[in-house]
Amino acid sequence: MEISDKIKKRFNGRIFDWQENSNRRAYFSVKKEDIFEVAGYMFKDLGLRFSTASCTDLREGLEILYHFSNDPKGEFYSIRVMIEDKKNPQIDSLAPIFPGAEWIEREIWEMLGVKFINHPNLKRLLLADDWPQGEYPLRKKEN
Amino acid sequence: MSHKIIVPIGPYHPLQEEPEFFQLYCEGEKVVDIDIIIGYNHRGIEQLSEGKHYDQVAFLVERICGICSSSHPYAFVLAVEDLFGGEQKVVPERALYIRTIVDELQRIHSHLLWLGLAGHFIGYNTVWMWAWKYREPVLDMFEMTTGNRNSYAMFKIGGVRRDLKEEDGPILKKMLDEFVPALDLFRGAVMDDPVIQARLKGVGILTRQQAIDWCVVGPTARASGINIDVRRDEPYGVYNRVDWNVVVEKEGDIFAKTVARILEMYESVRIIRQCLDKIPKGEIDAQLRDVPVGEGIGRVEAPRGECFHYIKSDGTNRPVRHKIRAPSFMNVASNKVGAVGGSISDATITLAAVDPCYCCTERVAVINKADNQKVMNGWDLIKLSQEKTERLKKELKA
Repeated sequence: MEISDKIKKRFNGRIFDWQENSNRRAYFSVKKEDIFEVAGYMFKDLGLRFSTASCTDLREGLEILYHFSNDPKGEFYSIRVMIEDKKNPQIDSLAPIFPGAEWIEREIWEMLGVKFINHPNLKRLLLADDWPQGEYPLRKKEN
Repeated sequence: MSHKIIVPIGPYHPLQEEPEFFQLYCEGEKVVDIDIIIGYNHRGIEQLSEGKHYDQVAFLVERICGICSSSHPYAFVLAVEDLFGGEQKVVPERALYIRTIVDELQRIHSHLLWLGLAGHFIGYNTVWMWAWKYREPVLDMFEMTTGNRNSYAMFKIGGVRRDLKEEDGPILKKMLDEFVPALDLFRGAVMDDPVIQARLKGVGILTRQQAIDWCVVGPTARASGINIDVRRDEPYGVYNRVDWNVVVEKEGDIFAKTVARILEMYESVRIIRQCLDKIPKGEIDAQLRDVPVGEGIGRVEAPRGECFHYIKSDGTNRPVRHKIRAPSFMNVASNKVGAVGGSISDATITLAAVDPCYCCTERVAVINKADNQKVMNGWDLIKLSQEKTERLKKELKA
């Protein structure tokens, strides 16, 4: 894929588990401390479009995938970030870079309890006002 | 003196399919800020999906939206087929053509529905009546191809559920031929009408940079000069085998969005005609079993923009995670810049989600500011108005 090399070169050593499922899909992992810089590079310098983010509750922690689309080439890049601390999950917000991330971060915050640092307006988006505090509907229950 | 007034719009009587609540902060006539409150229609479909097996999920996601009800199942089956190696590799040719026909019919019906409602809310009811009248035959075409006028239940992993009958092809073509003059009528009615131009041009502008920052998709982005369309950028179905154009407008106002949608309907008609000509004979279902372990992403250009589905599979018959992002999730958020700076009356069409009866159902009382005493009530105001009418009549006669 065309811009793979650019990303790998720019963040040499800080990107791991690069995986290409097809010639249109790439997944790679970064540490959660690096996400602000990597996402900023993808959006501002490479001019990719932020499509959305998805968060999954796994046994190892909360996994967030940030999906970026390279529209002229039809390629899709997903950045994987793992937040191990499930009790107090925190990560930098991307909304200061592009406001398009505001809503999806609010959704992840209320559904899975990830706190986005520096988010301009972290309040409920979809859940009702009387939904109990600290209950996250998309968290899986360990038994 | 600056004085902010909150004008609530919603959550009932919205124009679009979901209840949404907009709080407009106004200074005089001008909208200075907006608060968008959603969630009235949250049904927890992502969670429900994790408890159903893959074949059932296609039916579940069809019920996310009644208007683009083929986009969600299409994006979902694309996400699952991504795990199998991609739609183009596993799905039979004939099924690809049928999928494309259903997807494009849906675009026509959705754009007509929007056009009608937009006409209604700027007070142009003729457009409303026409649009909905000519949408009827499109629904008939759906009934012919899928068996349903809505919620088509056509998509399954690996193909489609229902074959197109041989004798239906010519009838569909004839119905399309009859539909094109109606489309010409709309193009004339909207693009040449000075009143509509005056009402929509320069209103609710979303600049190119704002569209990029808010990551908007679909006709909303294309009307702001951003040349994106999943159908061309990452072709699914048979979009790379038929001849069609992406409609891009530059202005970013409501008029550009309307024009983009009208011109897109012509392209849809072109695509369906070519599909009906080229459709090969053969199987319609690849009978895919046992979804492999991994992650899949499906993207479809719904009438409102890119519809995104993400599937994480652990090899069982149910998804571990199913993330759905509908196009409006990105587009509605951008109202924050589209509506701010305009007047309240423009906000109705900018948000395209207002019941115009709001202002007339509010009752008025004039209050003396010093002591908060009512000096006039509604009846007094009506009397004043009648007196004024009488006075004007006399002046006209004289």
